[in-house]
Amino acid sequence: MKLDINGSVREVDATPDMPLLWVLRDVLGFTGTKFGCGMAQCGACTVHLDGQPVRACVTPVSTIGTRKVRTIEGLSSDGAHPVQRAWVEADVVQCGYCQSGQIMTTVALLAAKPDPTDAEIDAALSGNICRCGTYVRIREAVHLAAKLSRGGAK
Amino acid sequence: MTLTRRELLRSSMAGAAGLVIAFHVPKAAMAAAPKPAAPPLPTPNAFVRIGTDDSVTVLLSHSEMGQGIWTGLAMLIAEELECDWSKVRSEHAPAAPVYAHAVFGIQMTGGSSTTWSEFDRYRNVGAMAKDMLVRAAAARWKVAPGSCKVANGIVSHGKDQASFGQLTEAAAKLTPPKTVTLKDPKDWKIIGTPTRRIDSPEKITGRATFGMDIQFAGLRTAVVARPPAFGGKLVKFDGAAALKVPGVEQVVPTANGVAVIAKHFWAAKLGRDALVVEWAAPEGGGVDTTKLLAGFRETAKKPGMTVKEKGKIDDGLAAAKTRLEAVYEVPYLAHAPMEPLNCTVKIGDGTCEIWTGTQFQTGDQGAAARILGIAPDKVTIHTPFLGGGFGRRANPASDFVAEAVIVAKAAGVPVKVVWTREDDMRGGYYRPAYVHRIQTGLDDKGKPVAWDHVVVGQSIIAGTPFEPMMVKHGIDGTSVEGLAESPYLEGTGAMRVSLHSPKTPVTVLWWRSVGNTHTAFAMEGMIDEVAHAAGQDPLAYRMELLKDKPRHAALLKMAADKASWSTPPAPGRARGLAIHESFGSIVAQVAEVSVEHGEIRVHQVTCAVDCGTVVNPMGIEAQIQGSIAFGLSAALHGKLTLVDGRVEQSNFHDYQVLRMYEMPKVSVHIMASKAKMGGIGEPATAPIAPAIANAVFALTKQRLRTLPLRLA
Repeated sequence: MKLDINGSVREVDATPDMPLLWVLRDVLGFTGTKFGCGMAQCGACTVHLDGQPVRACVTPVSTIGTRKVRTIEGLSSDGAHPVQRAWVEADVVQCGYCQSGQIMTTVALLAAKPDPTDAEIDAALSGNICRCGTYVRIREAVHLAAKLSRGGAK
Repeated sequence: MTLTRRELLRSSMAGAAGLVIAFHVPKAAMAAAPKPAAPPLPTPNAFVRIGTDDSVTVLLSHSEMGQGIWTGLAMLIAEELECDWSKVRSEHAPAAPVYAHAVFGIQMTGGSSTTWSEFDRYRNVGAMAKDMLVRAAAARWKVAPGSCKVANGIVSHGKDQASFGQLTEAAAKLTPPKTVTLKDPKDWKIIGTPTRRIDSPEKITGRATFGMDIQFAGLRTAVVARPPAFGGKLVKFDGAAALKVPGVEQVVPTANGVAVIAKHFWAAKLGRDALVVEWAAPEGGGVDTTKLLAGFRETAKKPGMTVKEKGKIDDGLAAAKTRLEAVYEVPYLAHAPMEPLNCTVKIGDGTCEIWTGTQFQTGDQGAAARILGIAPDKVTIHTPFLGGGFGRRANPASDFVAEAVIVAKAAGVPVKVVWTREDDMRGGYYRPAYVHRIQTGLDDKGKPVAWDHVVVGQSIIAGTPFEPMMVKHGIDGTSVEGLAESPYLEGTGAMRVSLHSPKTPVTVLWWRSVGNTHTAFAMEGMIDEVAHAAGQDPLAYRMELLKDKPRHAALLKMAADKASWSTPPAPGRARGLAIHESFGSIVAQVAEVSVEHGEIRVHQVTCAVDCGTVVNPMGIEAQIQGSIAFGLSAALHGKLTLVDGRVEQSNFHDYQVLRMYEMPKVSVHIMASKAKMGGIGEPATAPIAPAIANAVFALTKQRLRTLPLRLA
């Protein structure tokens, strides 16, 4: 089957039930998307399908069709995306394992709500677990990313 | 070739013994120990490399698992080296004796010890490297080294200038200095300055490599079936159906399980699902946590092995004007790091390469060497980033490494063993369940004059190679840390702390902040009970007990002031506090809570910390925020239960951890302190549960003595 990943179409050899996560990681080598729970509980595997955040660990590859897949690797090659810049500025990461998922969820949130409230941030990001406990700085970074996206800050 | 059971037993204990000096150093012993002569200066080349492109690469003897040493240790070298900070990179060192922990004697990360234990060594390395670069420049310009200046990676003398990169090859040929003079702290430019992490660029782009991300040609993935119950045994298995799954290549037995080896994870996982395995149930039926804890409560009614005793406890209790008794309990907990356990092994001809996120390089290297019958230095350990550790990746039994070596050996191909979340959660090595029974007697002013404290819970050290060093007279110091030396009890005339260490088949291990996770909960809860029994404000009562402990008293006052303790909170809210010393640092916290729809909501946590000399204030703030989140998971949610030896929980749907909407606002206040440097990765974890429980009491008059906290 063919998959459109980060703007390029690839031929993929996988069984239909194989979750997108493992196609990305083990077949195509996109290891930025992480395995955390395998049952859509932790959000570490969050990617976009046509801009919508989905949990790749429970998305069978056969259900994707022509929808466009975007992973953390497709956000920018150098960390220049406003959400990534905000993450650096707010010094969010600790172990870093969950952060691809946190960032992908945030990008989708800001596309829908360019200036989210704390409550909207909590609602959007409560599906993404961070065991290091970076939540305080994620909240700060989302607000900062909203500003950077609007071109309102440095 | 298969291993005998005896070989496996030996291998599971392999590693550290013989190399270990002392892992857990009781505070009293630390104070009493003679000050050793200054250790010889390190080999600078092992710790820093300066490239001809001006890059400065710092080699880390400890593992980065989120705690920020990737940046912090680099700051120590950079402070003395006077390099260009933008050129500094870090990488994990290989496993080798030169990287042994400066105090504990093996290469490992734990005990909130990285920064204080490396503070001198990494600064010395920076100073030595600078000295060599300066001498190289001075020789080139034929001037005295003392007349050269160094700033921002450039050595200069008058109009002459050379970058570190231009000098590094000449400097490498020089003999390292025998002595160096470190900077006066007043001249520090980097140490003490808020500094952003240097691992962010990799971690926000998905480029950072974790153990789970290791891939190379020929590597296969294995998923292992392990006994469903603690004490269970593999009887027999049939791999025929598994081998029919597309992508599955082999099915091999492990020490007490079955590994399915496939082209990728998904096939291996489906293959394991298709295995037919017969397991023998544990003898005697297996652990049931309801019964186990009931038994612990019975045991707690009698004193255990004496940890500390002064005065006559029975007389003291009998003479007291008021007596209180309470039982505090905590359950088994999983570490549940976001990256499930995994380990990649490639066995060569008399050699072995391992890639795994480990906190315990020396032990893991030894374990692999024993299994393969080769020397430890033939085992290369590559440490990628750790997707969280919290103690789980520092296992004296090297469980996830030893198993992967056995699988790779049996399979005859390079293998990455991947644990599913369920495997990780049910795989043991938990924070043990504990019961504390406290009886205390108060005088007519409400002060404790007698304190009898019985602790019941499994030792995390018994049965490990650390036992001879860390268990003294039957007492595992980690089971009672923070109790016998509690500053609250210094003025108590009669006191006894005693310990029962029952054994169970459930494997246990250190979990972020270790014994303090239960000792702080029991001690700070009970002190709060005593304060209320005395009819006093919980802050004022503690301040009176701590009046001869100026560091504690000042810190508690700082937290209370910053939390506006003397001003009532908004209606429907209440505050509680706790203070606890661990890992050489003191942390005081005030939690502000409410009850919404019958559930505890934590709105704000005000935290004051005295950790001595500060290296990176930004990192300290992050560690405190994170420790509070970790402690909140345990306070509000964490609980593993077992029936017939089987863990009932399996994943994040039934083993809840803290999520974003539950994260309170956190304010962090660092006390200016000249005290000896302490740790920062763990100490803020323990006080949060009692601070919340005490706040809940202030709000509801319900005294919650069991974690996770549940309102009646």
